[in-house]
Amino acid sequence: MKLSLKIIATFFVALMMSFNVFAAKITITMGGDDERAMREHYRFALDWAEKNGHEIGYVYRPASATDTLNLYQQICSSGSSDIDIFMIDVIWPGIFADCAYDLNNIFDDAHKADFFEGIVGNNTVGGKYVAVPYFTDAGLLYYRTDLLDKYGKSPPSTWSELAETAQFIQDKERAAGNAKMQGFVWQGAAYEGLTCDGIEWVNSFGGGNIIEADGTVSINNPNAIAALKTAASWVGTISPEDVVTYKEEDARGVWQTGNAVFMRNWPYAWSRSQADDSPIKDNVGAMALPGGGSDGKMTGALGGWQLMVNKNSKNPEIAADLIRHMTSVEVMKTKAIDTSNLPTRPVLYDDPDVKAANPFFGMLFDTFNNAVARPSTVSHKYYGQVSNVFFNEVHSVLTGSKSAEDAAAAMEKDLKALSRKF
Amino acid sequence: MAKIQRTKLSKERIRSAWIFLTPMFICLAVVAIYPLITTINYSFTDARLGDLYNYNYVGWFHYETLFFYDEWWWVSVKNTFIFSFFSVFFETIIGVTFALILNNNMPARGIVRAAILIPWAIPTIVNAKMFQWMFNQQFGVFNEILMDLSIISEPIAFLAYPDSSMAAAIIVDVWKTTPFITLLTLAALQMIPTDIYESTRIDGVSSWKVFWNITLPLIKPTLVIAIIFRTLDALRVFDLLYVLTTNSRETASMSVYARQWLVDFMEVGQGSAASTLLFAFLTIATILYLIITKTSFDRQGVY
Repeated sequence: MKLSLKIIATFFVALMMSFNVFAAKITITMGGDDERAMREHYRFALDWAEKNGHEIGYVYRPASATDTLNLYQQICSSGSSDIDIFMIDVIWPGIFADCAYDLNNIFDDAHKADFFEGIVGNNTVGGKYVAVPYFTDAGLLYYRTDLLDKYGKSPPSTWSELAETAQFIQDKERAAGNAKMQGFVWQGAAYEGLTCDGIEWVNSFGGGNIIEADGTVSINNPNAIAALKTAASWVGTISPEDVVTYKEEDARGVWQTGNAVFMRNWPYAWSRSQADDSPIKDNVGAMALPGGGSDGKMTGALGGWQLMVNKNSKNPEIAADLIRHMTSVEVMKTKAIDTSNLPTRPVLYDDPDVKAANPFFGMLFDTFNNAVARPSTVSHKYYGQVSNVFFNEVHSVLTGSKSAEDAAAAMEKDLKALSRKF
Repeated sequence: MAKIQRTKLSKERIRSAWIFLTPMFICLAVVAIYPLITTINYSFTDARLGDLYNYNYVGWFHYETLFFYDEWWWVSVKNTFIFSFFSVFFETIIGVTFALILNNNMPARGIVRAAILIPWAIPTIVNAKMFQWMFNQQFGVFNEILMDLSIISEPIAFLAYPDSSMAAAIIVDVWKTTPFITLLTLAALQMIPTDIYESTRIDGVSSWKVFWNITLPLIKPTLVIAIIFRTLDALRVFDLLYVLTTNSRETASMSVYARQWLVDFMEVGQGSAASTLLFAFLTIATILYLIITKTSFDRQGVY
């Protein structure tokens, strides 16, 4: 295990510190969407180590969330203490609850109260405080301010408005010789990302959360079916047919080359779209995703990453102290400004510096606060299967191989069978 | 007297053969047999990833699930066989054709031989990513060419639908692995003595007859090995489909299915049962090939 860990780790740095009786080496596995975010995480950990006379080992996690999950599971199942702190996805607390050190031993309720209540709840499994919210994420709608202005359109508040505006601008732009213009790009490949997009559609139409907190399978309802039908109607009209193969970066590829009016993506896309080398710099707006109908809900899927202490760690208290530092107001503020990482502390959404760097943060506070969570807590160990059933059935509706009604019925049947195991 | 000596000699040779083979058997036991037995053992348990040491035996439960309750397993079996059949079929035909062409004396033969190896040298993941872009509906070079030639009026989303993405995967695999067949066939072709061909030329035999009655039987043992290798390889296809297609269960192969249960769903029992069945399929495929082609490896001597 030790050897294979070292092979897997592509980035491993240890800094020897001087003679301190309390010196401990804390190995942390993190990483992010890119090199820059990774360096940021590492820098904050080093600051803490220098101040307290500890040592940092840094294991760069695989870029793919699935590979990361696999790696963590190997480490946990072997009972290894090689890694002290894991950075885990918002849908994993249920999976790793058995492997986590109970952070209730370190953080009191007053400390927890400074974070978003919903995420702390998500990270609490059977009374155990599994992980501290590090940064959050929610699905957003990005739009091209220049194109909307050019055609006198305003940002949409419902999906039908979005479809109408997207179609209008796409037709006009194509007629003007811009043949590659697309109305709306999003994540349609059969993977976890489609579960996020899908639950947003269903939830915005008032179609529930696939499986409710009490374990009821709710997906087979008229609102959910209407939501899936709406999404399927975009494929080949305002969205390219091969949107059903898109992941986040495929959508951003079309968007950032200036070939899309709207895009659904995570907040990270903001700082990329506004980068100096971006062709669409200063022509980008971000807002909450549209609602289903006039009474629809403007929503976004909850994402984000948490910091968890390995229960096999030799120094859980010291590791928790590093987490305290990494999730402090100062660190979170810097990260929000530098890499558009959304703070998990509500107070930072009023911070003028954060607002200046990310104008959409304040506007979307309610969205982040009320983001729709995937049914991972209720289905804990079986979430992978729940999500798989959902995104595969939704994918069949998008490619036209199944009707929305049949897919909803099939989901209900499969999920009910699965939910008996929860 | 002479007879006794031979026996003694052959005894010694057999003993030294065992001594030389032992390290390999130990290696095989460690890297192949132990994992295989572990997998088969897990396929009868309810083990879950994350806690691999506490499990109960559940008998044939997972196999029953696969055979009678999980339609997606059979979809993945069907996909795997479709992929393997067409991919091996086309690359054999194209590969042998290339080998016959390269076997002639032609200018720049060395460079061409090196050039055909390039697809084989590119890692499958890179290959899959590269073709993913080439098949892309918006920016793909295939759509660009077909549009320019006015063969199609609208760009096609090749990778969006199960049937067309399977066809695309087969095309990519044929592109990548044809050089393997070509190289092995070429090596076999060069072993054939040229005087055989000279005599057929004197007798005025048509070149098709020469190929069918002389060349093909002579390269058959090599070709069979190449096809077996490729079939076994194709039956356990994973990376290409995983990267290239939409990753929906409609295009999954048996390996993709097994990985999904092992890793994504953390149900090591069900995943191991699927892996064991895949192993069984591979064994059956090998035995069938050997019977059908009646290749005796002993008689050929060279293997």
